[in-house]
Amino acid sequence: MTPSISVQPGSVRATRMPRRWWTFALVAPLLLFLLASFIVPVLMMLSRAVTDHELADSWPKSAAALSRWDGEGLPDDALARTVAAEMLATRQAGTLNRVANRLNYDVVGSRTLLYLTADRMAAGAPGNSLADLVRIDPRWANRTYWSAMRHAAGPLTSYYLLASLDRRIDADGNIAAVSREQAVFVDIFLRTFKISLVVALLCTMLGYPVAYLLASLPERRANPLLILVLLPFWTSALVRTTAWVVLLQTNGVVNGLLEQAGLIDAPLQLIYNRLGVYIAMTHVLLPFFILPLYGVMKGIEPSAMRAASSLGATPLTAFLKVYLPQTMPGVAAGAIIVFTLALGYYITPALVGGGADQMISGSIAFYTNQSLNWGMAAALSLLLLIPLLLMVFAGRTMARTVPA
Amino acid sequence: MASAPQPLVEFRGVEKRYGGGTRPAVAGLDLTVAKGEFLTLLGPSGSGKTTTLMMLAGFETPTAGDIMLDGRSLAKQPPHKRNMGVVFQNYALFPHMSVSQNLAFPLSVRGMRTQDIAARVDEALALVRLDGLGHRRLDALSGGQRQRVALARALIFEPDLVLMDEPLGALDRQLREKLQAEIKRIQRALGLTIVYVTHDQSEALTLSDRIVVFADGAVQQIGSPQSIYEHPANAFVAGFVGENNGLAGTVTARDGDVCEVRLDGGEAIRATAIGNIAPGARVVTTIRPEHVGMDNGIDSYCNRLDARVDELVYHGDHSRIRATLPGGATLTICAPRGRGIEPAEALPIGWCADRCFAFPADDWVEDPLGDAQ
Amino acid sequence: MKRWARMVATLGLTATTIALSSCGSDAPTRPLTIVGWGGSSQDAHRNAYWTSFTKTTGIKLREDTWHGGVGVIRTKVIGGDSSWDIVQVETEDLILGCEEGLFQPLDWAALGGRGAFVPSAVHECGVGAMLWSYLIGYDGDRIKGPGPQSWADFWDVKRFPGKRGMRKTPKYSLEFALLADGVPPAQVYPTLRTASGVDRAFRKLDALKPNIVWWSSISQVPDLIGSGEVAMSVTSPGRLIVANQTEKRNFKVSWHGNIYAVDYWVILSNSPRKAEANELLRYMTRPENQMRLPTFIPTGLTSVEAGKRIDPRYKRDTPSDPANMTDALALDGDFWVEYGDQLTQRFNAWVAR
Repeated sequence: MTPSISVQPGSVRATRMPRRWWTFALVAPLLLFLLASFIVPVLMMLSRAVTDHELADSWPKSAAALSRWDGEGLPDDALARTVAAEMLATRQAGTLNRVANRLNYDVVGSRTLLYLTADRMAAGAPGNSLADLVRIDPRWANRTYWSAMRHAAGPLTSYYLLASLDRRIDADGNIAAVSREQAVFVDIFLRTFKISLVVALLCTMLGYPVAYLLASLPERRANPLLILVLLPFWTSALVRTTAWVVLLQTNGVVNGLLEQAGLIDAPLQLIYNRLGVYIAMTHVLLPFFILPLYGVMKGIEPSAMRAASSLGATPLTAFLKVYLPQTMPGVAAGAIIVFTLALGYYITPALVGGGADQMISGSIAFYTNQSLNWGMAAALSLLLLIPLLLMVFAGRTMARTVPA
Repeated sequence: MASAPQPLVEFRGVEKRYGGGTRPAVAGLDLTVAKGEFLTLLGPSGSGKTTTLMMLAGFETPTAGDIMLDGRSLAKQPPHKRNMGVVFQNYALFPHMSVSQNLAFPLSVRGMRTQDIAARVDEALALVRLDGLGHRRLDALSGGQRQRVALARALIFEPDLVLMDEPLGALDRQLREKLQAEIKRIQRALGLTIVYVTHDQSEALTLSDRIVVFADGAVQQIGSPQSIYEHPANAFVAGFVGENNGLAGTVTARDGDVCEVRLDGGEAIRATAIGNIAPGARVVTTIRPEHVGMDNGIDSYCNRLDARVDELVYHGDHSRIRATLPGGATLTICAPRGRGIEPAEALPIGWCADRCFAFPADDWVEDPLGDAQ
Repeated sequence: MKRWARMVATLGLTATTIALSSCGSDAPTRPLTIVGWGGSSQDAHRNAYWTSFTKTTGIKLREDTWHGGVGVIRTKVIGGDSSWDIVQVETEDLILGCEEGLFQPLDWAALGGRGAFVPSAVHECGVGAMLWSYLIGYDGDRIKGPGPQSWADFWDVKRFPGKRGMRKTPKYSLEFALLADGVPPAQVYPTLRTASGVDRAFRKLDALKPNIVWWSSISQVPDLIGSGEVAMSVTSPGRLIVANQTEKRNFKVSWHGNIYAVDYWVILSNSPRKAEANELLRYMTRPENQMRLPTFIPTGLTSVEAGKRIDPRYKRDTPSDPANMTDALALDGDFWVEYGDQLTQRFNAWVAR
């Protein structure tokens, strides 16, 4: 008996291996497609968060010279001459904007300084020494601009990631907090997580009874209700938001009803603040919580609850000890889906929120579309991605500890 | 049977109708369960046996009548206060708990102390022969092992009554027979009162002290396995419990319990009349395969016919002969050991009138379980 | 290493194939594609130009819409997607996109020379499509009698109680704050280029902050004003005037201290239909064609000749009407290209406090 037992699994594995390769070959086109159309572009985009190539590409000689410079005091005339020459050359070639915009991210005003200096040199002003540059614009005597250039020489940079955390490298090379007026991203990140967390909790509290109701009804009656749950999916964000505005505004339906019922004397501020964001986002994301939970609840044998009560458990105990734990994978899945989707929201908060309700994706969209600062967009995305991956990992771990 | 022990459960005129249904799922049920008894509710699916069990467990409410436990009405008792152990068809174990946690559940909801629970769990595991598997997760158990866990969980809190709803339905035949023996052993050892639901008549015959045969929501017969098998009360029970041959015919004469029947193929036989049948009535006469004799064994039988062998069906431990009567009706006969049987061979067969029952024909069900078996 | 090299090569090939198939197939078959901002302005362009253009020249047009942001165009051009030909862009998008080489430099001689247009409508890469402005809008049914006449009035919540709608961007908000604080229009941008000027603008915004309802889409404005959620709002006049005509509202606007800006037509540098695109630009900038635009939407015209010949009925609703220009301020796109990131960051931090 023993030999046959030890041989069998081996032979089974041997026959299974080629089959596994077959299945891999079948999904290979999809994997390649995902790789080429999604993973590679995403990685390329994210790499902009830590790479710095604008200055090195446009001003190769200056970049080399800047990397050699120790960053102490002001640069020597040779470095100033190299920078001036390439500045003029790229101005005439129409590519100065790349360096100018990059430096402007770090030190606002660099853009004007570069264009002004280049135009003056094009008009005949000499640019052979640091003193020449300072004569064109006294700002060249300020070490801040030269330090920024040195940091931008690449190929790797910590600038974007630091800026995403409201930090920067000052002229002396130390990491320092940005001024209070400019410190915004840490707050927005924390706010984004808080809003997402609250929305996930609200969805859990509101969605659990709904999913339970749906799962306990016979299919014939559950299906129409399911359609009601799915309705937000099928309405455009704008229509949905407009509906919330009509309901929640100062002279809106909800305030009108509350006033008529005598519950309030003056209208409540229900929209254009955090409350409006919570209401609207919970509404939109509720189906993402209900559906996975509904699926899990449908898979729970109704006899388990009967068994629990036959074993002496009161309905409450049976629910808490038998039903609830079995639905936890669904709750976790739904809450994680809602949380992660909520992290990426910005249109709804923009439309129904107030000034203090902007979420991080709004900033990412701004840098991607408006200001073309893709380094910042990538750095913010990268920071947003890290907790997302943690959530997915946590979700997997949780799914493993609780059997489906 | 000894003198009737004290009844533990009593159904009094219990009826169950589901919303809108005109036909009751269970109607006019009067039934007692004695303490220490193994009572089986047997019947095809939809016959009302599971509904009856669920009413007893408290998961269904009777629409009329009352159920008493120890002389007290259960009407106001929710399931969790009835103290009945239920083993469900699909086990209904708690998948998020280990074996031990499943077993500990009824004890912990009763507020038992942790160390006492552990001792009881070990005891219960030993009872169902799962020693040392307490830490296992359920998906690491085989079907039979899960069944044992379900059984142990239903017993561990020493319930007054154990209800089992087709507990072995999902297992293969060999395992089923093994577990049947196991259940019987435990029942005897602990003196349990068990109400057991099954559609498997052989299981019912093997396990039960008494059997209640259900069909169409009504009780057809209550009795010991032997009386159910040997003296079926009607054609349904005759056809449902055990293998039986049914031969259609018309009563030509009746003399007390004995009547003469002309089979549709023309043969005349004598049978024991069951119920109110008079000459001219359409009947089904039943004769079990093992009660059909052949060759010299039939000399003393009043019914003697010349059949022709169609085929011999081999069952391993025994064989059956499929044979045709002169009039064309077919029947199954137990083949005696050591006698060679050839197809197309002429076979003199016969049976005795008190083994052969004539029932009103409309109760007869040719294939009571459809494809279930 | 070899295996990796082969894998990279395979990946490259796949990516190239996908890229080629996505950019190559569309170009020869699709019609000339023009991209506007949707809504009433796109309707107006269609009615004023596009239908008749197709009728006269036989060149078929396909429309698309977008909501601005030169990043969208950068992604298309870098990604090899040449599905758009002509796009209506805002000033900063024009500046950034032109510097990046995303737009085709225009042949001004073919368009009738730079002198045929108002100066702000002329750029190396774009020609002015329409001139529009941001100003104060309010509901004449709710504010009876004389309405707000200046940004100082907009800030004056005692005289005009109620909330104020403002666009949730530093752009426009900072300028209006300085105007409200008494800075003359010509000094607004020079002031904003100094740190103390920015502080001054934020201080002025601080005063109004408790009363501000921020909006992020101009389409919210008619509802905000019409429902009384805000007493007055920063708005562009077009939607309010259109609502007056179509919904019989009584919205009013105050042109004092308005900031006007020009939207431009640009031709994308990767357009496969540059000749047809140029033909459409010529058609849309001809005075006799441009004159039709104000009959569909209250907008300023960029052709000098068209501005002179415009029907007086429509004239007083257009930003380019001299009466509306007296104390107006032209949006400084260069300023926002340079200071946009920094001020947006500061604005977002401020607005959240």
